[in-house]
Amino acid sequence: MTSKIAMRILTAIVALIFLVSWITRSGSGMSDSAFTNVRDGFLITFAVFLTLSIFSFLYRDNPFYKFAESLYVGISAGYWMSYGFWSTIVGNFVPRASRSLSEFFHVPYQERADHILIYIPIIFGLILLTRLLPKIGWLSRWSLAFIIGATAGLNLTRYLRSDFISQVSNSFIPLFVDWKGAGDFVSHISLAADGQFIAILSNWVIFVGVMCGLVYFFFSKEHKGAFGVASRIGIWILMITFGASFGYTVMGRISLLVGRITFLFGDWLNIL
Amino acid sequence: MLALLRIAKSIVFISSLLFVISILPTHSVYSRDTSPSSSDLGPITVRAFDTDNDAGGSITVEWDDPGYERLSGFAGFLVWRTNTLTGTSDSVEVTPFGTRTYDDRSVSDDSTYSYSVAALVNGERLMSTPSMQVRSSKQWFDGRLTWVLILGLIICGAVIYFIESAKRGTKLFLRRIAGLEAIDEAVGRATEMGRPILFVAGIQDMDDVQTIAGLTILGSIARTVAEYDTKINMPVRASLVMTAARETIKHAYVTAGRPDAYNDDMVHYVTDEQFGFVAAVDGIMVRERPAACFFLGAFFAESLIMAETGNSIGAIQVAGTAMPAQLPFFVAACDYTLIGEELFAASAYLSGEPRQLGSLKGADVGKAIAMIVILVGVIATTIASAWNSESMLWIENLLRQMFSTG
Repeated sequence: MTSKIAMRILTAIVALIFLVSWITRSGSGMSDSAFTNVRDGFLITFAVFLTLSIFSFLYRDNPFYKFAESLYVGISAGYWMSYGFWSTIVGNFVPRASRSLSEFFHVPYQERADHILIYIPIIFGLILLTRLLPKIGWLSRWSLAFIIGATAGLNLTRYLRSDFISQVSNSFIPLFVDWKGAGDFVSHISLAADGQFIAILSNWVIFVGVMCGLVYFFFSKEHKGAFGVASRIGIWILMITFGASFGYTVMGRISLLVGRITFLFGDWLNIL
Repeated sequence: MLALLRIAKSIVFISSLLFVISILPTHSVYSRDTSPSSSDLGPITVRAFDTDNDAGGSITVEWDDPGYERLSGFAGFLVWRTNTLTGTSDSVEVTPFGTRTYDDRSVSDDSTYSYSVAALVNGERLMSTPSMQVRSSKQWFDGRLTWVLILGLIICGAVIYFIESAKRGTKLFLRRIAGLEAIDEAVGRATEMGRPILFVAGIQDMDDVQTIAGLTILGSIARTVAEYDTKINMPVRASLVMTAARETIKHAYVTAGRPDAYNDDMVHYVTDEQFGFVAAVDGIMVRERPAACFFLGAFFAESLIMAETGNSIGAIQVAGTAMPAQLPFFVAACDYTLIGEELFAASAYLSGEPRQLGSLKGADVGKAIAMIVILVGVIATTIASAWNSESMLWIENLLRQMFSTG
């Protein structure tokens, strides 16, 4: 009971704050039109409300977050359905299917002999809808099988080139860079980033990392003995890489946070 | 004496003046004589031919420069195209300095063309004679990818061989995968606690192989869920994934002898919007408080948000993805993570299907080939560069040619 009252008081306070914000923003609008100022004031206040509602999840689940979540999910689901209809059905199918349909949707009709091909995906799309009819619902698996099979086939050469052949050829690196003998190497050793020692060390790390990583992902042999040692080195290298990647990405996320903070303190409160 | 000195000075001055005057015209004449004029130069020879290893719609033009680039007013070579069927001509490109070839990708396979190249000198076009007529065409085989074909055949052949072996009943060995034991443990914990399990098969559609691997693992999990009579909740981002996931869970419930317990609402569509989906999944997590969360499929920026929320509610979390950028987050926030190909291996391991086991063993053959080739390539490159070995350089070049992507 107490929490309900507290929530009502909190809601009232939040509503009051945003009402004041709306009025203030509307009053300080840049446009000559009062309607535009009131509308812009409402939009920016509502955007701030949604931003803070989403941030409130950091504390715990609450009605404001639920409201923002439901609004976001509902609007985006409706948007993507509408987008799918206008981009796929009206954008791709209608201009190729019929002149009268094209005129109805105000899109230019495209008359070409090979348009017959568009009926293949249409048939597969209709077959997919047979799921709604339990007796012939099994037909929908044909569409799924076609999508999965075609994707696998098309991706085979792409992945073979980019994830296999390119990676292998890029691994052909010399383990002794600018080598003029051990004596010369020892006498000129330095930790300069562009020096010989760092270049050699980098290439050794790449070589050992690639080989041990491949061993880790080799599933046909138990990871014991030397194979196990190589596998453990492989996972260590992977974990170090993940650590570096984690830090790098967190930095990127901080910049997103800065963007929101700039919006709140700059666009809304005008103190930046 | 003074007069003689003055005369001598005058002679020296005049001599110097004459010397300077004699040099200036000489230098000027010299540069004019040695620099070729356009009339001194021979004709530009142009050759046009269908571009090799392409899908048509492209003609390559090559020409020789008899010396126009050395002229002072030279501005570039103009490639001039004539459609010999329609008789229309147009300029297609002015090439930069040093260029002797142009790939014209604005041609039709239905027409024939001839090309001329004009040197642009002081605003004049010094046109070559036209090339032979040429027509573009598509090649059915890209010769640069011969080794891709051979390697593809070797790996696919290995896959087919192992699939057939598995079908004949040959037991194919796969090493133990650490995260898999956690699956039964997680489902068992959810049963004991009377809470549901949450399964997210990534945010990609059915055309992503990671989604397929995720759904295969879902089949195994759903069978255990059906046997334990636990609840499963699976929000999805794509309608096709929803269809496939429902099929998978339904099949698992039938296999477990519990078809009556299956309900279509176990799998429900949320939205296609990435962060709208995440917001909804986070909401589900904090409200239903699942005891176990499975994130198996292709993930992007939402991975950490979901995994952190799952962590905050104390759920056992098992994740698996082949997205390198998202793996660190799952490793940091989940109890078990299937890294990269482990996701596919887990899928094969759990399903025990000959096709999947054979694919995995075939992929292992590919990895073995890669390891051997890299080892040989690195040794050859090292010896060739450090000790100037001709034979090792030959091996290195051969391997680079074999593993070139064109």
